[in-house]
Amino acid sequence: MTRRSRVLAYAAALAALLALTVLAFAAGRFPLAPGELAALAANHLFGAHYRVDPAAETVVLQIRGPRILAALLVGASLAAAGTAYQGMFRNPLVSPDILGVSAGAALGAVLGIFFSQSALVIQLGAFGGGLAAVAVVIAVGASVRRHDPILALILAGIVIGTLFGSLIALLKYLADPYNQLPAITYWLLGSLAAVSPRDLALAAPFALAGLVPLYLLRWRMNLLSLPDDEARALGVPVGRLRLAVVCAATLMTAAAVAISGIIGWVGLLIPHAARLLVGPEFSRLLPLSMVLGAAFLLAVDTLSRTLAPIEIPPGVLTALIGTPFFLWLFASARRSWQ
Amino acid sequence: MLEARDLGYGYPGRAVGRGLDLELGAGEVLCLLGPNGGGKTTLFRTLLGLLPAQAGTVRLAGQSLETLQRADVARRMGYVPQVHGAQFAFTVREAVLMGRTAHIGMFAAPGPADRDAAEGAIQALGIGALAERVITELSGGERQLAMIARALAQGARALVLDEPTASLDFGNQVRVLREIRRLAAEGYAVVFSTHDPGQAFLAASRVLLLAHGGARLQGTPAEVITAENLHDVYGVEVRVAALEGVRVCMPVL
Repeated sequence: MTRRSRVLAYAAALAALLALTVLAFAAGRFPLAPGELAALAANHLFGAHYRVDPAAETVVLQIRGPRILAALLVGASLAAAGTAYQGMFRNPLVSPDILGVSAGAALGAVLGIFFSQSALVIQLGAFGGGLAAVAVVIAVGASVRRHDPILALILAGIVIGTLFGSLIALLKYLADPYNQLPAITYWLLGSLAAVSPRDLALAAPFALAGLVPLYLLRWRMNLLSLPDDEARALGVPVGRLRLAVVCAATLMTAAAVAISGIIGWVGLLIPHAARLLVGPEFSRLLPLSMVLGAAFLLAVDTLSRTLAPIEIPPGVLTALIGTPFFLWLFASARRSWQ
Repeated sequence: MLEARDLGYGYPGRAVGRGLDLELGAGEVLCLLGPNGGGKTTLFRTLLGLLPAQAGTVRLAGQSLETLQRADVARRMGYVPQVHGAQFAFTVREAVLMGRTAHIGMFAAPGPADRDAAEGAIQALGIGALAERVITELSGGERQLAMIARALAQGARALVLDEPTASLDFGNQVRVLREIRRLAAEGYAVVFSTHDPGQAFLAASRVLLLAHGGARLQGTPAEVITAENLHDVYGVEVRVAALEGVRVCMPVL
Protein backbone atom coordinates (compact mmCIF):
# COMPACT_ATOMS: atom_id res chain seq x y z
CA MET A 1 0.00 0.00 0.00
CA THR A 2 1.71 3.15 -1.14
CA ARG A 3 1.36 6.55 0.45
CA ARG A 4 -0.43 7.81 -2.63
CA SER A 5 -3.13 5.17 -2.62
CA ARG A 6 -3.64 5.77 1.11
CA VAL A 7 -4.17 9.48 0.53
CA LEU A 8 -6.54 8.60 -2.28
CA ALA A 9 -8.52 6.30 0.00
CA TYR A 10 -8.86 9.06 2.59
CA ALA A 11 -9.90 11.66 0.03
CA ALA A 12 -12.47 9.34 -1.55
CA ALA A 13 -13.95 8.41 1.83
CA LEU A 14 -14.26 12.05 2.92
CA ALA A 15 -15.80 13.07 -0.41
CA ALA A 16 -18.31 10.22 -0.18
CA LEU A 17 -19.20 11.26 3.37
CA LEU A 18 -19.77 14.86 2.31
CA ALA A 19 -21.87 13.91 -0.72
CA LEU A 20 -23.94 11.49 1.36
CA THR A 21 -24.59 14.16 3.98
CA VAL A 22 -25.93 16.59 1.39
CA LEU A 23 -28.01 13.83 -0.17
CA ALA A 24 -29.39 12.83 3.22
CA PHE A 25 -30.51 16.41 3.89
CA ALA A 26 -32.20 16.63 0.50
CA ALA A 27 -33.89 13.22 0.28
CA GLY A 28 -37.03 12.16 2.09
CA ARG A 29 -40.78 12.47 2.11
CA PHE A 30 -40.34 16.23 2.06
CA PRO A 31 -37.69 16.62 -0.66
CA LEU A 32 -35.53 19.71 -0.51
CA ALA A 33 -33.86 21.35 -3.49
CA PRO A 34 -30.10 21.97 -3.33
CA GLY A 35 -30.81 25.72 -3.58
CA GLU A 36 -33.00 25.61 -0.52
CA LEU A 37 -30.35 23.69 1.42
CA ALA A 38 -27.69 26.17 0.38
CA ALA A 39 -29.85 29.09 1.46
CA LEU A 40 -30.53 27.44 4.83
CA ALA A 41 -26.87 26.71 5.35
CA ALA A 42 -25.96 30.29 4.45
CA ASN A 43 -28.56 31.65 6.88
CA HIS A 44 -27.49 29.54 9.81
CA LEU A 45 -23.78 29.22 9.27
CA PHE A 46 -22.90 32.63 7.84
CA GLY A 47 -25.75 34.85 9.07
CA ALA A 48 -27.25 35.48 5.63
CA HIS A 49 -30.95 36.37 5.25
CA TYR A 50 -32.34 34.39 2.33
CA ARG A 51 -36.06 33.65 2.32
CA VAL A 52 -36.69 30.00 3.17
CA ASP A 53 -39.89 27.99 3.55
CA PRO A 54 -40.37 27.63 7.37
CA ALA A 55 -41.45 24.02 6.88
CA ALA A 56 -38.15 23.28 5.18
CA GLU A 57 -36.34 24.93 8.05
CA THR A 58 -38.16 22.74 10.57
CA VAL A 59 -37.43 19.61 8.58
CA VAL A 60 -33.73 20.39 8.38
CA LEU A 61 -33.15 21.67 11.92
CA GLN A 62 -35.55 19.57 13.97
CA ILE A 63 -35.91 16.32 12.07
CA ARG A 64 -33.22 15.54 9.50
CA GLY A 65 -30.40 17.43 11.19
CA PRO A 66 -30.42 15.52 14.48
CA ARG A 67 -31.04 12.26 12.69
CA ILE A 68 -28.13 12.76 10.31
CA LEU A 69 -25.82 13.80 13.14
CA ALA A 70 -26.92 10.75 15.11
CA ALA A 71 -26.18 8.47 12.15
CA LEU A 72 -22.72 9.99 11.81
CA LEU A 73 -22.00 9.73 15.54
CA VAL A 74 -23.31 6.18 15.95
CA GLY A 75 -21.62 4.96 12.76
CA ALA A 76 -18.25 6.46 13.67
CA SER A 77 -18.46 5.18 17.27
CA LEU A 78 -19.38 1.60 16.34
CA ALA A 79 -16.69 1.47 13.65
CA ALA A 80 -14.02 2.88 15.99
CA ALA A 81 -14.91 0.44 18.76
CA GLY A 82 -14.91 -2.45 16.30
CA THR A 83 -11.52 -1.42 14.93
CA ALA A 84 -10.05 -1.28 18.43
CA TYR A 85 -11.49 -4.66 19.41
CA GLN A 86 -10.46 -6.48 16.24
CA GLY A 87 -6.90 -5.33 16.79
CA MET A 88 -6.86 -5.98 20.49
CA PHE A 89 -8.44 -9.43 20.33
CA ARG A 90 -6.39 -10.28 17.22
CA ASN A 91 -9.53 -11.63 15.67
CA PRO A 92 -11.34 -10.56 12.50
CA LEU A 93 -14.73 -11.76 13.67
CA VAL A 94 -14.93 -9.52 16.70
CA SER A 95 -17.50 -6.75 16.88
CA PRO A 96 -18.05 -4.10 19.56
CA ASP A 97 -20.64 -6.43 21.18
CA ILE A 98 -18.04 -9.03 22.10
CA LEU A 99 -17.84 -8.02 25.76
CA GLY A 100 -21.60 -7.83 26.23
CA VAL A 101 -22.16 -4.10 25.89
CA SER A 102 -25.11 -4.53 23.50
CA ALA A 103 -26.68 -7.29 25.56
CA GLY A 104 -26.42 -5.14 28.69
CA ALA A 105 -27.81 -2.08 26.91
CA ALA A 106 -30.67 -4.14 25.49
CA LEU A 107 -31.53 -5.51 28.92
CA GLY A 108 -31.47 -2.00 30.40
CA ALA A 109 -33.73 -0.62 27.66
CA VAL A 110 -36.11 -3.59 27.76
CA LEU A 111 -36.43 -3.23 31.53
CA GLY A 112 -37.29 0.44 31.01
CA ILE A 113 -39.94 -0.41 28.42
CA PHE A 114 -41.28 -3.25 30.57
CA PHE A 115 -41.81 -0.91 33.49
CA SER A 116 -43.33 1.74 31.17
CA GLN A 117 -40.67 4.36 31.80
CA SER A 118 -40.09 7.53 29.80
CA ALA A 119 -37.85 7.63 26.74
CA LEU A 120 -35.12 9.31 28.77
CA VAL A 121 -35.16 6.60 31.43
CA ILE A 122 -35.06 3.93 28.72
CA GLN A 123 -31.98 5.57 27.19
CA LEU A 124 -30.28 5.91 30.54
CA GLY A 125 -31.17 2.28 31.24
CA ALA A 126 -29.56 1.23 27.97
CA PHE A 127 -26.41 3.27 28.64
CA GLY A 128 -26.11 2.08 32.24
CA GLY A 129 -26.90 -1.51 31.27
CA GLY A 130 -24.15 -1.51 28.66
CA LEU A 131 -21.55 -0.18 31.11
CA ALA A 132 -22.68 -2.56 33.85
CA ALA A 133 -22.46 -5.61 31.60
CA VAL A 134 -18.88 -4.82 30.58
CA ALA A 135 -17.93 -4.04 34.18
CA VAL A 136 -19.16 -7.50 35.20
CA VAL A 137 -17.28 -9.08 32.29
CA ILE A 138 -14.04 -7.30 33.28
CA ALA A 139 -14.46 -8.37 36.90
CA VAL A 140 -15.08 -12.00 35.93
CA GLY A 141 -12.22 -11.94 33.43
CA ALA A 142 -9.82 -10.52 36.03
CA SER A 143 -10.82 -13.09 38.66
CA VAL A 144 -9.80 -16.08 36.52
CA ARG A 145 -6.09 -15.43 36.68
CA ARG A 146 -4.92 -18.82 35.55
CA HIS A 147 -6.09 -18.38 31.96
CA ASP A 148 -5.02 -16.28 29.03
CA PRO A 149 -6.50 -12.85 29.88
CA ILE A 150 -7.95 -12.31 26.40
CA LEU A 151 -9.63 -15.71 26.36
CA ALA A 152 -10.99 -15.08 29.86
CA LEU A 153 -12.48 -11.74 28.75
CA ILE A 154 -14.11 -13.17 25.63
CA LEU A 155 -15.54 -16.19 27.44
CA ALA A 156 -16.88 -13.97 30.21
CA GLY A 157 -18.41 -11.70 27.53
CA ILE A 158 -20.15 -14.62 25.84
CA VAL A 159 -21.46 -16.01 29.12
CA ILE A 160 -22.78 -12.65 30.35
CA GLY A 161 -24.24 -11.90 26.91
CA THR A 162 -26.10 -15.21 26.90
CA LEU A 163 -27.40 -14.66 30.43
CA PHE A 164 -28.68 -11.19 29.53
CA GLY A 165 -30.19 -12.55 26.33
CA SER A 166 -32.24 -15.07 28.26
CA LEU A 167 -33.38 -12.37 30.70
CA ILE A 168 -34.50 -10.30 27.70
CA ALA A 169 -36.37 -13.31 26.33
CA LEU A 170 -38.09 -13.71 29.70
CA LEU A 171 -39.14 -10.04 29.74
CA LYS A 172 -40.47 -10.31 26.17
CA TYR A 173 -42.46 -13.36 27.21
CA LEU A 174 -43.96 -11.51 30.17
CA ALA A 175 -44.46 -8.19 28.36
CA ASP A 176 -47.86 -6.87 27.27
CA PRO A 177 -48.09 -8.11 23.66
CA TYR A 178 -50.02 -5.05 22.42
CA ASN A 179 -48.14 -2.13 23.95
CA GLN A 180 -44.77 -3.29 25.19
CA LEU A 181 -43.73 -6.14 22.92
CA PRO A 182 -43.77 -4.06 19.70
CA ALA A 183 -41.77 -1.34 21.47
CA ILE A 184 -39.24 -3.89 22.66
CA THR A 185 -38.92 -5.48 19.21
CA TYR A 186 -38.60 -2.07 17.61
CA TRP A 187 -35.85 -1.04 20.03
CA LEU A 188 -33.94 -4.30 19.54
CA LEU A 189 -33.98 -3.77 15.76
CA GLY A 190 -32.47 -0.33 16.14
CA SER A 191 -33.68 2.94 14.70
CA LEU A 192 -32.62 6.54 14.38
CA ALA A 193 -36.14 7.78 13.59
CA ALA A 194 -36.89 9.19 17.02
CA VAL A 195 -33.56 10.88 17.78
CA SER A 196 -34.11 14.37 19.20
CA PRO A 197 -31.54 17.15 19.66
CA ARG A 198 -31.65 16.40 23.39
CA ASP A 199 -30.75 12.74 22.82
CA LEU A 200 -27.79 13.83 20.78
CA ALA A 201 -26.67 16.31 23.41
CA LEU A 202 -26.81 13.54 26.02
CA ALA A 203 -24.98 10.90 24.01
CA ALA A 204 -22.33 12.98 22.27
CA PRO A 205 -20.19 13.81 25.34
CA PHE A 206 -19.94 10.13 26.30
CA ALA A 207 -19.14 9.07 22.76
CA LEU A 208 -16.43 11.74 22.64
CA ALA A 209 -15.14 10.70 26.06
CA GLY A 210 -14.46 7.30 24.51
CA LEU A 211 -13.31 8.52 21.14
CA VAL A 212 -10.71 11.04 22.32
CA PRO A 213 -8.57 8.62 24.40
CA LEU A 214 -8.78 6.01 21.65
CA TYR A 215 -7.62 8.56 19.13
CA LEU A 216 -4.76 9.64 21.40
CA LEU A 217 -3.71 6.02 21.89
CA ARG A 218 -3.91 5.31 18.17
CA TRP A 219 -0.24 4.49 17.62
CA ARG A 220 0.18 2.53 20.84
CA MET A 221 -2.88 0.42 19.94
CA ASN A 222 -0.65 -1.35 17.39
CA LEU A 223 1.25 -2.94 20.25
CA LEU A 224 -1.90 -4.61 21.59
CA SER A 225 -2.11 -6.68 18.42
CA LEU A 226 1.18 -8.39 19.36
CA PRO A 227 1.35 -11.34 21.74
CA ASP A 228 1.31 -10.12 25.36
CA ASP A 229 4.92 -11.13 26.11
CA GLU A 230 6.22 -9.26 23.09
CA ALA A 231 4.26 -6.11 23.83
CA ARG A 232 5.44 -6.16 27.45
CA ALA A 233 9.05 -6.72 26.42
CA LEU A 234 8.69 -3.67 24.18
CA GLY A 235 7.76 -1.64 27.26
CA VAL A 236 3.95 -1.63 27.21
CA PRO A 237 1.98 -2.22 30.41
CA VAL A 238 -0.40 -4.45 28.47
CA GLY A 239 -3.05 -5.02 31.13
CA ARG A 240 -3.56 -1.33 31.85
CA LEU A 241 -3.59 -0.34 28.19
CA ARG A 242 -6.09 -3.06 27.37
CA LEU A 243 -8.37 -1.93 30.20
CA ALA A 244 -8.19 1.68 28.98
CA VAL A 245 -9.16 0.62 25.45
CA VAL A 246 -12.03 -1.54 26.69
CA CYS A 247 -13.36 1.36 28.78
CA ALA A 248 -13.12 3.81 25.87
CA ALA A 249 -14.76 1.44 23.40
CA THR A 250 -17.50 0.58 25.88
CA LEU A 251 -18.32 4.22 26.60
CA MET A 252 -18.63 4.90 22.88
CA THR A 253 -20.69 1.84 22.09
CA ALA A 254 -23.02 2.28 25.06
CA ALA A 255 -23.64 5.93 24.17
CA ALA A 256 -24.35 4.96 20.56
CA VAL A 257 -26.65 2.07 21.42
CA ALA A 258 -28.57 4.22 23.91
CA ILE A 259 -29.82 6.53 21.15
CA SER A 260 -30.00 4.10 18.23
CA GLY A 261 -30.86 0.71 19.68
CA ILE A 262 -28.86 -2.25 18.42
CA ILE A 263 -27.53 -1.80 14.90
CA GLY A 264 -25.31 -4.69 13.95
CA TRP A 265 -22.67 -5.17 11.27
CA VAL A 266 -21.21 -1.65 11.26
CA GLY A 267 -18.59 -2.48 13.90
CA LEU A 268 -17.74 -5.78 12.23
CA LEU A 269 -17.75 -4.81 8.58
CA ILE A 270 -16.30 -1.32 8.45
CA PRO A 271 -12.95 -2.10 10.15
CA HIS A 272 -12.34 -4.78 7.51
CA ALA A 273 -13.11 -2.44 4.67
CA ALA A 274 -10.83 0.23 6.13
CA ARG A 275 -8.03 -2.28 6.72
CA LEU A 276 -8.19 -3.39 3.10
CA LEU A 277 -7.79 0.22 2.01
CA VAL A 278 -4.95 1.45 4.26
CA GLY A 279 -3.52 -1.62 5.99
CA PRO A 280 -3.50 -2.56 9.67
CA GLU A 281 -1.44 0.30 11.08
CA PHE A 282 -3.85 1.63 13.67
CA SER A 283 -3.08 5.34 13.55
CA ARG A 284 -3.99 5.33 9.85
CA LEU A 285 -6.78 2.80 10.23
CA LEU A 286 -8.79 4.44 12.99
CA PRO A 287 -9.65 7.77 11.28
CA LEU A 288 -10.58 6.09 8.00
CA SER A 289 -12.64 3.50 9.83
CA MET A 290 -14.59 6.28 11.57
CA VAL A 291 -15.24 8.13 8.32
CA LEU A 292 -16.40 4.96 6.59
CA GLY A 293 -18.57 3.96 9.55
CA ALA A 294 -20.26 7.34 9.60
CA ALA A 295 -20.82 7.26 5.84
CA PHE A 296 -22.11 3.69 5.86
CA LEU A 297 -24.66 4.21 8.61
CA LEU A 298 -25.80 7.50 7.09
CA ALA A 299 -26.34 5.79 3.73
CA VAL A 300 -28.21 2.93 5.39
CA ASP A 301 -30.37 5.25 7.46
CA THR A 302 -31.21 7.41 4.44
CA LEU A 303 -32.20 4.29 2.51
CA SER A 304 -34.25 3.03 5.43
CA ARG A 305 -36.42 6.16 5.45
CA THR A 306 -36.72 6.62 1.67
CA LEU A 307 -36.92 3.10 0.18
CA ALA A 308 -40.43 2.23 1.29
CA PRO A 309 -43.57 3.95 2.62
CA ILE A 310 -42.76 2.57 6.07
CA GLU A 311 -39.29 2.76 7.60
CA ILE A 312 -37.16 -0.32 7.23
CA PRO A 313 -35.16 -0.89 10.45
CA PRO A 314 -31.53 0.05 9.71
CA GLY A 315 -30.34 -3.03 11.61
CA VAL A 316 -32.06 -5.15 8.97
CA LEU A 317 -30.60 -3.12 6.12
CA THR A 318 -27.04 -3.22 7.48
CA ALA A 319 -27.30 -7.00 7.51
CA LEU A 320 -28.85 -7.16 4.04
CA ILE A 321 -26.12 -4.95 2.59
CA GLY A 322 -23.42 -6.17 4.94
CA THR A 323 -23.64 -9.91 4.39
CA PRO A 324 -22.85 -10.01 0.66
CA PHE A 325 -20.25 -7.28 1.07
CA PHE A 326 -18.60 -9.21 3.88
CA LEU A 327 -18.52 -12.40 1.83
CA TRP A 328 -17.02 -10.52 -1.08
CA LEU A 329 -14.40 -9.00 1.21
CA PHE A 330 -13.44 -12.37 2.58
CA ALA A 331 -13.20 -13.89 -0.87
CA SER A 332 -11.05 -11.06 -2.19
CA ALA A 333 -8.98 -10.23 0.90
CA ARG A 334 -5.43 -11.49 0.73
CA ARG A 335 -3.28 -9.53 3.03
CA SER A 336 -5.25 -8.00 5.80
CA TRP A 337 -4.95 -11.20 7.87
CA GLN A 338 -2.44 -13.95 7.80
CA MET B 1 25.24 -5.93 31.96
CA LEU B 2 22.85 -8.76 32.79
CA GLU B 3 23.26 -10.40 36.14
CA ALA B 4 21.26 -13.00 38.09
CA ARG B 5 21.97 -13.88 41.72
CA ASP B 6 20.60 -16.95 43.43
CA LEU B 7 17.69 -16.83 40.99
CA GLY B 8 14.68 -19.06 41.47
CA TYR B 9 12.39 -19.31 38.47
CA GLY B 10 9.19 -21.13 37.66
CA TYR B 11 5.46 -20.73 37.48
CA PRO B 12 3.13 -20.13 40.42
CA GLY B 13 3.03 -23.39 42.34
CA ARG B 14 5.83 -24.99 40.33
CA ALA B 15 9.51 -24.22 40.79
CA VAL B 16 11.58 -24.99 37.70
CA GLY B 17 15.07 -23.91 38.77
CA ARG B 18 16.76 -22.69 41.94
CA GLY B 19 19.92 -20.83 42.90
CA LEU B 20 21.06 -19.79 39.43
CA ASP B 21 23.97 -17.37 39.22
CA LEU B 22 24.64 -15.71 35.91
CA GLU B 23 26.72 -12.82 34.76
CA LEU B 24 26.93 -11.49 31.26
CA GLY B 25 29.03 -8.52 30.24
CA ALA B 26 29.17 -6.40 27.10
CA GLY B 27 30.45 -8.37 24.12
CA GLU B 28 29.66 -11.74 25.64
CA VAL B 29 27.33 -14.32 24.14
CA LEU B 30 25.60 -16.86 26.33
CA CYS B 31 24.17 -19.93 24.66
CA LEU B 32 21.32 -21.59 26.51
CA LEU B 33 20.95 -25.31 25.87
CA GLY B 34 18.61 -27.90 27.28
CA PRO B 35 16.00 -30.48 26.40
CA ASN B 36 12.38 -29.66 25.67
CA GLY B 37 10.67 -28.84 28.93
CA GLY B 38 14.03 -28.14 30.57
CA GLY B 39 13.04 -24.61 31.56
CA LYS B 40 14.71 -22.50 28.88
CA THR B 41 11.61 -20.46 28.12
CA THR B 42 10.76 -20.08 31.80
CA LEU B 43 14.25 -18.76 32.50
CA PHE B 44 13.98 -16.37 29.56
CA ARG B 45 10.67 -14.99 30.74
CA THR B 46 12.12 -14.50 34.22
CA LEU B 47 15.22 -12.74 32.90
CA LEU B 48 12.97 -10.44 30.87
CA GLY B 49 10.82 -9.68 33.89
CA LEU B 50 7.76 -11.17 32.21
CA LEU B 51 7.54 -13.71 35.01
CA PRO B 52 8.33 -12.65 38.59
CA ALA B 53 11.45 -14.25 40.06
CA GLN B 54 10.56 -16.77 42.77
CA ALA B 55 13.79 -16.07 44.61
CA GLY B 56 16.92 -13.98 44.19
CA THR B 57 17.31 -11.05 41.83
CA VAL B 58 17.89 -10.16 38.21
CA ARG B 59 19.92 -7.01 37.66
CA LEU B 60 20.08 -5.10 34.44
CA ALA B 61 22.90 -2.57 34.09
CA GLY B 62 23.17 -2.68 37.89
CA GLN B 63 19.49 -2.13 38.64
CA SER B 64 17.13 -4.72 40.02
CA LEU B 65 14.35 -5.65 37.58
CA GLU B 66 11.73 -5.25 40.29
CA THR B 67 12.49 -1.55 40.65
CA LEU B 68 12.27 -0.86 36.93
CA GLN B 69 9.21 0.11 34.93
CA ARG B 70 8.40 -1.95 31.84
CA ALA B 71 9.64 0.82 29.58
CA ASP B 72 12.91 1.08 31.58
CA VAL B 73 13.50 -2.63 31.05
CA ALA B 74 12.70 -2.30 27.36
CA ARG B 75 15.29 0.44 26.91
CA ARG B 76 17.96 -1.83 28.42
CA MET B 77 17.01 -5.28 27.14
CA GLY B 78 15.48 -6.36 23.84
CA TYR B 79 13.57 -9.56 23.26
CA VAL B 80 13.48 -11.44 19.98
CA PRO B 81 10.60 -13.92 20.19
CA GLN B 82 10.80 -17.33 18.62
CA VAL B 83 7.78 -17.08 16.37
CA HIS B 84 6.48 -13.66 15.64
CA GLY B 85 2.80 -14.07 16.33
CA ALA B 86 1.48 -10.96 14.59
CA GLN B 87 -1.67 -11.68 12.68
CA PHE B 88 -1.75 -8.28 11.10
CA ALA B 89 0.04 -7.47 7.90
CA PHE B 90 2.34 -4.73 9.17
CA THR B 91 5.21 -3.75 6.95
CA VAL B 92 8.74 -4.45 8.17
CA ARG B 93 9.26 -0.73 8.72
CA GLU B 94 6.11 -0.45 10.84
CA ALA B 95 7.07 -3.52 12.85
CA VAL B 96 10.63 -2.30 13.51
CA LEU B 97 9.24 1.09 14.49
CA MET B 98 7.28 -0.65 17.25
CA GLY B 99 10.66 -1.32 18.85
CA ARG B 100 10.70 2.38 19.72
CA THR B 101 7.67 2.11 21.99
CA ALA B 102 9.64 2.59 25.19
CA HIS B 103 10.98 5.90 23.84
CA ILE B 104 7.59 7.24 22.79
CA GLY B 105 5.09 8.91 25.10
CA MET B 106 1.81 7.23 25.94
CA PHE B 107 -0.27 9.42 23.62
CA ALA B 108 2.45 10.21 21.07
CA ALA B 109 3.35 8.79 17.70
CA PRO B 110 6.91 8.05 16.51
CA GLY B 111 8.93 11.16 15.66
CA PRO B 112 11.83 11.71 13.26
CA ALA B 113 14.38 10.42 15.80
CA ASP B 114 12.39 7.19 16.15
CA ARG B 115 12.13 6.81 12.38
CA ASP B 116 15.88 7.32 12.08
CA ALA B 117 16.57 4.71 14.77
CA ALA B 118 14.29 2.21 13.05
CA GLU B 119 15.92 2.94 9.71
CA GLY B 120 19.36 2.49 11.24
CA ALA B 121 18.36 -0.89 12.69
CA ILE B 122 16.95 -1.99 9.32
CA GLN B 123 20.19 -1.00 7.58
CA ALA B 124 22.34 -2.66 10.28
CA LEU B 125 20.63 -5.96 9.53
CA GLY B 126 20.91 -5.40 5.80
CA ILE B 127 17.18 -5.75 5.19
CA GLY B 128 16.60 -2.35 3.61
CA ALA B 129 15.14 -4.02 0.55
CA LEU B 130 12.44 -5.62 2.71
CA ALA B 131 11.37 -2.45 4.53
CA GLU B 132 8.09 -2.00 2.66
CA ARG B 133 7.32 -5.72 2.48
CA VAL B 134 4.55 -7.13 4.61
CA ILE B 135 5.90 -9.11 7.54
CA THR B 136 3.41 -11.97 7.23
CA GLU B 137 4.64 -12.62 3.69
CA LEU B 138 8.34 -12.88 4.59
CA SER B 139 10.26 -16.12 4.89
CA GLY B 140 11.18 -17.32 8.37
CA GLY B 141 14.77 -16.09 8.07
CA GLU B 142 13.76 -12.65 6.84
CA ARG B 143 11.21 -12.35 9.61
CA GLN B 144 13.84 -13.32 12.19
CA LEU B 145 16.13 -10.57 10.92
CA ALA B 146 13.25 -8.08 11.09
CA MET B 147 12.59 -9.06 14.70
CA ILE B 148 16.30 -8.61 15.54
CA ALA B 149 16.11 -5.18 13.89
CA ARG B 150 13.14 -4.34 16.07
CA ALA B 151 15.12 -5.29 19.20
CA LEU B 152 18.04 -3.12 18.01
CA ALA B 153 15.66 -0.21 17.44
CA GLN B 154 14.77 -0.45 21.13
CA GLY B 155 18.22 0.93 21.88
CA ALA B 156 18.84 -1.91 24.34
CA ARG B 157 22.40 -3.17 24.86
CA ALA B 158 21.34 -6.60 26.07
CA LEU B 159 19.48 -8.92 23.71
CA VAL B 160 17.58 -12.09 24.48
CA LEU B 161 16.85 -14.33 21.50
CA ASP B 162 14.51 -17.28 21.92
CA GLU B 163 15.63 -20.09 19.58
CA PRO B 164 16.53 -17.68 16.79
CA THR B 165 17.53 -20.46 14.40
CA ALA B 166 14.51 -22.69 14.97
CA SER B 167 12.69 -23.57 11.75
CA LEU B 168 15.19 -21.70 9.59
CA ASP B 169 16.93 -23.29 6.63
CA PHE B 170 20.66 -24.00 6.87
CA GLY B 171 21.77 -20.77 5.19
CA ASN B 172 19.53 -18.60 7.34
CA GLN B 173 20.74 -20.37 10.50
CA VAL B 174 24.30 -19.43 9.58
CA ARG B 175 23.26 -15.85 8.79
CA VAL B 176 21.55 -15.43 12.16
CA LEU B 177 24.58 -16.88 14.01
CA ARG B 178 26.86 -14.54 12.11
CA GLU B 179 24.59 -11.65 13.12
CA ILE B 180 24.86 -12.71 16.78
CA ARG B 181 28.66 -12.71 16.58
CA ARG B 182 28.66 -9.32 14.91
CA LEU B 183 26.38 -7.84 17.58
CA ALA B 184 28.66 -9.13 20.33
CA ALA B 185 31.64 -7.58 18.56
CA GLU B 186 29.79 -4.28 18.65
CA GLY B 187 29.42 -4.57 22.42
CA TYR B 188 26.00 -6.06 22.84
CA ALA B 189 25.45 -8.69 25.50
CA VAL B 190 23.53 -11.54 23.87
CA VAL B 191 21.66 -14.53 25.26
CA PHE B 192 20.27 -17.07 22.83
CA SER B 193 18.76 -20.49 23.17
CA THR B 194 19.10 -23.31 20.69
CA HIS B 195 18.66 -27.04 20.25
CA ASP B 196 21.93 -27.44 18.37
CA PRO B 197 24.90 -27.66 20.78
CA GLY B 198 27.31 -27.11 17.91
CA GLN B 199 26.07 -23.54 17.57
CA ALA B 200 27.63 -22.74 20.95
CA PHE B 201 31.12 -23.44 19.52
CA LEU B 202 30.39 -21.14 16.59
CA ALA B 203 28.80 -18.16 18.26
CA ALA B 204 28.94 -18.28 22.06
CA SER B 205 31.53 -17.35 24.63
CA ARG B 206 29.66 -19.14 27.41
CA VAL B 207 27.16 -21.95 27.73
CA LEU B 208 24.43 -22.69 30.21
CA LEU B 209 23.20 -26.26 29.90
CA LEU B 210 19.89 -26.90 31.64
CA ALA B 211 18.72 -30.41 32.43
CA HIS B 212 15.48 -31.77 33.78
CA GLY B 213 15.02 -31.38 37.51
CA GLY B 214 16.90 -28.09 37.83
CA ALA B 215 20.42 -29.49 37.33
CA ARG B 216 22.68 -27.37 35.15
CA LEU B 217 26.21 -26.71 33.97
CA GLN B 218 27.81 -23.42 33.15
CA GLY B 219 31.13 -22.53 31.59
CA THR B 220 32.93 -22.06 28.30
CA PRO B 221 31.63 -24.10 25.34
CA ALA B 222 34.66 -26.40 25.53
CA GLU B 223 34.09 -27.08 29.23
CA VAL B 224 30.36 -27.70 29.08
CA ILE B 225 29.76 -29.32 25.71
CA THR B 226 31.37 -32.71 26.14
CA ALA B 227 30.14 -36.09 24.98
CA GLU B 228 29.55 -37.07 28.59
CA ASN B 229 27.51 -33.97 29.52
CA LEU B 230 25.40 -34.13 26.37
CA HIS B 231 24.69 -37.79 27.05
CA ASP B 232 23.62 -36.97 30.61
CA VAL B 233 21.26 -34.24 29.50
CA TYR B 234 19.86 -35.50 26.21
CA GLY B 235 20.29 -39.24 26.71
CA VAL B 236 21.95 -39.85 23.34
CA GLU B 237 25.49 -40.73 22.25
CA VAL B 238 27.42 -37.77 20.85
CA ARG B 239 30.96 -37.32 19.63
CA VAL B 240 32.58 -33.94 20.06
CA ALA B 241 35.60 -33.44 17.82
CA ALA B 242 37.67 -30.66 16.29
CA LEU B 243 37.35 -29.96 12.60
CA GLU B 244 39.78 -27.40 11.19
CA GLY B 245 40.17 -25.87 14.64
CA VAL B 246 36.45 -25.61 15.42
CA ARG B 247 34.69 -28.11 17.61
CA VAL B 248 31.65 -29.88 16.22
CA CYS B 249 29.03 -32.20 17.70
CA MET B 250 28.12 -35.34 15.88
CA PRO B 251 25.41 -37.66 17.12
CA VAL B 252 26.07 -41.38 16.98
CA LEU B 253 23.11 -43.34 15.65
